[in-house]
Amino acid sequence: MNDLKEFPGDRSGRATPALEVRGLAKTFDRPAVDRLDLSIRAGEFYALLGPNGAGKTTTLRMVAGLLKPDAGTIRVYGIDALADPIAAKRLMAWVSDEPMIYDKLTPLEYLEFVAGLWGVDPATAARTSADLLEWLGLTPHANERCEGFSRGMRQKVALAGALVHDPKLIILDEPLTGLDAGAARQVKDVLHARVAAGGTVIMTTHILEVAERMAQRIGVLANGRLIAEGTLAELRQRSGRGGSLEDVFLTLVAHDAAA
Amino acid sequence: MSALSPRTVSPWRLLAHEMRLSWRDFQTMLTAGERRRFPVALAILVLIVAALHLPALAIVRSYANVGVDPDGKTLFSISLIEVLYLSLLLSQAMETVTRTLYSRGDLDLVLSSPVAPARLFTVRIATNALLTAMLAVLLIAPFVDALAITGGFQWLAAYGVAASAGVIAGAVAVAITVGLFRLLGPKRTRIVAQVVAAVIGAAFALGLQVSAILYYGNISRGVFTASPAVLAHLPGPGSPLWWPARAVMGDLPSLAVVVGFALAALALTAAAFAPRLGEHSLAATAIAGSAAQGRARAHRFVVGTASAALRLKEWRLLRRDPWLVSQTLTQLLYLIPPALLLMKNFGSSTGTFVVVVMVLVSVGGQLGGALAWLAISGEDAPDLVAAAPVSPGAVTRAKVEAVMGAIALMLAPLVLAFALLTPLHALAATIGIACAAASTIRIQLWFRAQAKRSHFRRRHTSSRIATFGEALVSFSWAAAAGLAATGTWLAAISVGVALLILAGVRSLAPRAAA
Repeated sequence: MNDLKEFPGDRSGRATPALEVRGLAKTFDRPAVDRLDLSIRAGEFYALLGPNGAGKTTTLRMVAGLLKPDAGTIRVYGIDALADPIAAKRLMAWVSDEPMIYDKLTPLEYLEFVAGLWGVDPATAARTSADLLEWLGLTPHANERCEGFSRGMRQKVALAGALVHDPKLIILDEPLTGLDAGAARQVKDVLHARVAAGGTVIMTTHILEVAERMAQRIGVLANGRLIAEGTLAELRQRSGRGGSLEDVFLTLVAHDAAA
Repeated sequence: MSALSPRTVSPWRLLAHEMRLSWRDFQTMLTAGERRRFPVALAILVLIVAALHLPALAIVRSYANVGVDPDGKTLFSISLIEVLYLSLLLSQAMETVTRTLYSRGDLDLVLSSPVAPARLFTVRIATNALLTAMLAVLLIAPFVDALAITGGFQWLAAYGVAASAGVIAGAVAVAITVGLFRLLGPKRTRIVAQVVAAVIGAAFALGLQVSAILYYGNISRGVFTASPAVLAHLPGPGSPLWWPARAVMGDLPSLAVVVGFALAALALTAAAFAPRLGEHSLAATAIAGSAAQGRARAHRFVVGTASAALRLKEWRLLRRDPWLVSQTLTQLLYLIPPALLLMKNFGSSTGTFVVVVMVLVSVGGQLGGALAWLAISGEDAPDLVAAAPVSPGAVTRAKVEAVMGAIALMLAPLVLAFALLTPLHALAATIGIACAAASTIRIQLWFRAQAKRSHFRRRHTSSRIATFGEALVSFSWAAAAGLAATGTWLAAISVGVALLILAGVRSLAPRAAA
């Protein structure tokens, strides 16, 4: 692992699964997620892969409480997220590929807002915000409005927002889309540090090299179903071919399409 | 010329492109993005314009028979109407020019093409002027047709004057905006131009009303007529000053001068400002991609609860919203005449206080609708708020509190001043404002449709039922408060009407449960 700076906050809860999904289903004009079972351990970095339209974003939006499932159960650190969404959301953070920030707020004002939503006390929020902005190289821009920020800076502000309330589970949907190499590296470092500090990260990505290097386990979705899951070595074994994750992924998806 | 030299694109082709985009914008505005509805929406628009001919006939009948040799008083009245109309068109044209400057749109594409920026912006200036001219003609159509029907076809010349006024407004708007840009730079011009546009749109009409109040003591008389003292100082009927008024009445030489002047103004503006407009557009769109140097100051975190965080966020965003600033300023400007009435007639007229009560309540309702749209529908990070550990009900409550707080902050000074003069009327106004604002906020909740805050100017296209509902319910509460202020039981009827309107709007809302 890279030489990481000490990350703000350190907590772990490895005993209970961070996320447990059973029979999850969602249909739009066709089934987007089809009786999905998924279990992710606490303290794990999990990458969810799949071709376009496989149901990755729909799955994660249901887990984050942004979309109501048609069927199934979702448990976040043992909490039934459908029965008690507020308690489940308290433990989670959601980062989408489009940074969810306000153009007319400064990064500090944005972090104050997000910390307030999660009920973090002002003194702790101020301290954590300063650490996060420093960590992400945003301190010189802390008092500028976000309207002039580049995409990479906006995504870093959104990531800081996701971390300011010290979530146990971070869900990221394509967080590296459109980032330059430097910004992508910073985001990856932050996520690595988060897992090292005991947090759980679930991430979708189309950049298979990132999943290969960062994830401890990988799930492959196709047509709303989990067609394969495991470490890279396990996936290689299952696909019956070696090589990169890209080779393995394409073989698994092709097998599923042929089945 | 080298064989590899690109052929220069014709200005007509650029103009056709601009007009096609504008036509599609118009379709979107009319149909809220559902183009299948366009024939129906267009038919409704035509019917509305046709229906407006009836009140127009009633209004203009007395002017129609003036003929082509009018007296100074008539020329003065028509000229005043022309200037008023020009100020409204100028306000609209400035808004269009500001949008052209600041929205990136296809600028990157066209400016990276081998078309000279000056040529491109000449076409854009011409398009803006043409669109303003079309708007000018459309708005005035019922009145001109009514004049032509009752007074003869010579009145159709007013269409030429209206179109010329649109072209002049388009040209002047470019000149003012470029001037502001040079004076203030790209960052400040946007907000200042919007505020100036709002003030121009309201200022002339308000100026007339203020003069009338100071001279006659009320708004109803004298707005479009001159006092004998003013008439004594006016130039004779042959003065060039009256040419635009004569042109309206069908004097063709005057019309030719007016049209020629408008075209000359447009040509001069394009020649003088088109190259600079290209540079300014680049500078304006560049500010969106560059982070300004931040001020080194400590930020103190103060909120620790979700509802406080939501309220503070909404207040910060409302305060920094340029559209809201200009819209609110316009609303507050319209409070000047009743305030003046109040000062002028203090102690002598209960009727004047009633007018103030009604205006305050009406403004409260309209502000409620606009602010509620920004806070409730115009949420730029809906997923963030939805992913937070806060119930949707608590989020809505906090946003409504933020809106009510903002309205209270804006109107409290006026109501307090009113209370010093007449506490009972101020109480009626306060209750009326609360009811009107609560009603328009409720309508926004029923009709909420997630959108970016920057789409504020299109909020009326998302639901016409909501727009009409907000206006009707605001006026009903204003009437109720006004009647209550006079002490009549008829106020109860107006309250009933307001509640009936709310019930009707709710039954048509897509989500009655909200």
